[in-house]
Amino acid sequence: MSLVLDGLADGPARTLRLDAPLRLHSGQSLAGVEIAYCTYGTLNAERSNAVLICHALTGDQFVASTNPSTGRPGWWPTMVGEGKPLDPSRYFIICANILGGCMGSTGPGAIDARTGAPYGLSFPVITIADMARAQAELVTALGIDTLFLVVGGSMGGMIALEWVKCFPTRLFACALIATAARHSAQNIAFHEVGRQAIMADPDWRGGDYARLGVRPEKGLAVARMAAHITYLSEQALQRKFGRELQSEGLSFGFDADFQVESYLRHQGQAFVDRFDANSYLYITRAMDYFDLAESHGGRLADALTAAQDVRFCVLSFTSDWLYPTAESRRIVRALNAAGARASFVEIPSDKGHDAFLLDEPVMREVLEGFLASAAKERGL
Amino acid sequence: MTRSAAAIREDFRAIASLVRDGARVLDVGCGSGELLQLLRDEKGVDGRGLEISSEGVSACLAKGLAVIQGDADRDLADYPPMRFDYAILSQTLQATHAPKEVLTHLLRLAERAVVSFPNFAHWRVRANLMWRGRMPETRALPVAWYETPNIHLCTLRDFTDLCATLGVEIEASAALYANRPARPMNALGPFENWRAEAALFLLRKRG
Repeated sequence: MSLVLDGLADGPARTLRLDAPLRLHSGQSLAGVEIAYCTYGTLNAERSNAVLICHALTGDQFVASTNPSTGRPGWWPTMVGEGKPLDPSRYFIICANILGGCMGSTGPGAIDARTGAPYGLSFPVITIADMARAQAELVTALGIDTLFLVVGGSMGGMIALEWVKCFPTRLFACALIATAARHSAQNIAFHEVGRQAIMADPDWRGGDYARLGVRPEKGLAVARMAAHITYLSEQALQRKFGRELQSEGLSFGFDADFQVESYLRHQGQAFVDRFDANSYLYITRAMDYFDLAESHGGRLADALTAAQDVRFCVLSFTSDWLYPTAESRRIVRALNAAGARASFVEIPSDKGHDAFLLDEPVMREVLEGFLASAAKERGL
Repeated sequence: MTRSAAAIREDFRAIASLVRDGARVLDVGCGSGELLQLLRDEKGVDGRGLEISSEGVSACLAKGLAVIQGDADRDLADYPPMRFDYAILSQTLQATHAPKEVLTHLLRLAERAVVSFPNFAHWRVRANLMWRGRMPETRALPVAWYETPNIHLCTLRDFTDLCATLGVEIEASAALYANRPARPMNALGPFENWRAEAALFLLRKRG
């Protein structure tokens, strides 16, 4: 039996501590794993209305409630809440901070019980499959055998794909948004820029910064700035900022003359306040290692054949160049070949990869229709 | 694609009558899913769709249908061979860029194909062209030449010739009219090329 720690009766936030060590993809095992999560709504008597939301790289478990450390509202307000497609009055909604994260789940910033100090780089390298396995432990601990839905955007979609591969009988439906079944060379390249920026910061101290009481803020901010560009489209950046200046005239120096520079600096700065540099290294590594078909000789359809009975909804956005439509189509093609019931829509949007987090009426409409019919089939 | 509201029901009824109960069906150009819904509800088929517009796919999803956004010219190649019992192409063939390739794909991914299209040799079409000297606008072809998505119109005879070229056997055929039930016909008969407003075929690859 695993133990639920600090469960607040009146709030959505909980922490689960796993009794048994978690067996990792790498062959190592990790003891004392804690999973911080939020739940919204009530599990029905049949235990058939549970929805697992998988968050993206820098997301957290606070999908529909205020993040206590940043004070920011839930990160998916267009999809989760009263009257939204994922309504807590209908579904029991679970969102957990991923393994390796820094919002309460065990990651490189956690204290290693063996040394009494933060893990730092002694934390084992984890994979997307490990994240899914940790979530499966949570779902089991919550007394749920089969989830009604696993949904995720971006990295969350990759975790959802691991669910499909590793636990095909434990989910009824699956929604994959703006994601891919593997990281491309370009995806890996951008992540490597971010990791090098962090490791080049003198305050990173070989990953040991937490013990030494410093933080590689500059490196992490640069990593975020580079990544943030990949979340937006060229049109969106141009429309929002163009060549607009911060103030009258050029400074003929290296201050943030352009509004886009100032915006990116702000994004970087805001990020270091809420994110851990080593977590960023470990999570981006896990994403780079992700290739769902690798275990099946590169044949994606073979990795998905066990999920023939799962209903899939795959969504991409026209202006997403980070996980472009071609990657979603690759998933859909494999699902077709596997004989799964797959639906796919490419949503017109100029907002780039981040569109999945924003108010996209077509996305909402499509997911609403998909969920309504799946719920009916599930008898909800 | 172009489906006039009145023609839908009779067209779809005729298609449904050709499909075996419980079959695996792919509807190519499935619009907002009326035919798939009919086949599911009345024939218990395991249906899938391919549809070009996101509005159409949304409407299908709301009906509980599994539909992929894509088009017949580009995306049929993605389907594995013989995945389906029937591949349906209703009033869409004439709007594809490469009808011959599309037809070949249909009979690669399904055992049988059900294909319907407006007959360009129907007497109304001929009369339009003959007496008015203009591109025909008829019940079956209601859209002006400059707006129509139909880029590869053909006649009954053109189509049966193509089937012969491709080694495709015609198992059944019927003439379709706007508001009347389908009428079984011999597509090679002497007058059908004049009489059929639109035609429906059940096809199978020979050999």
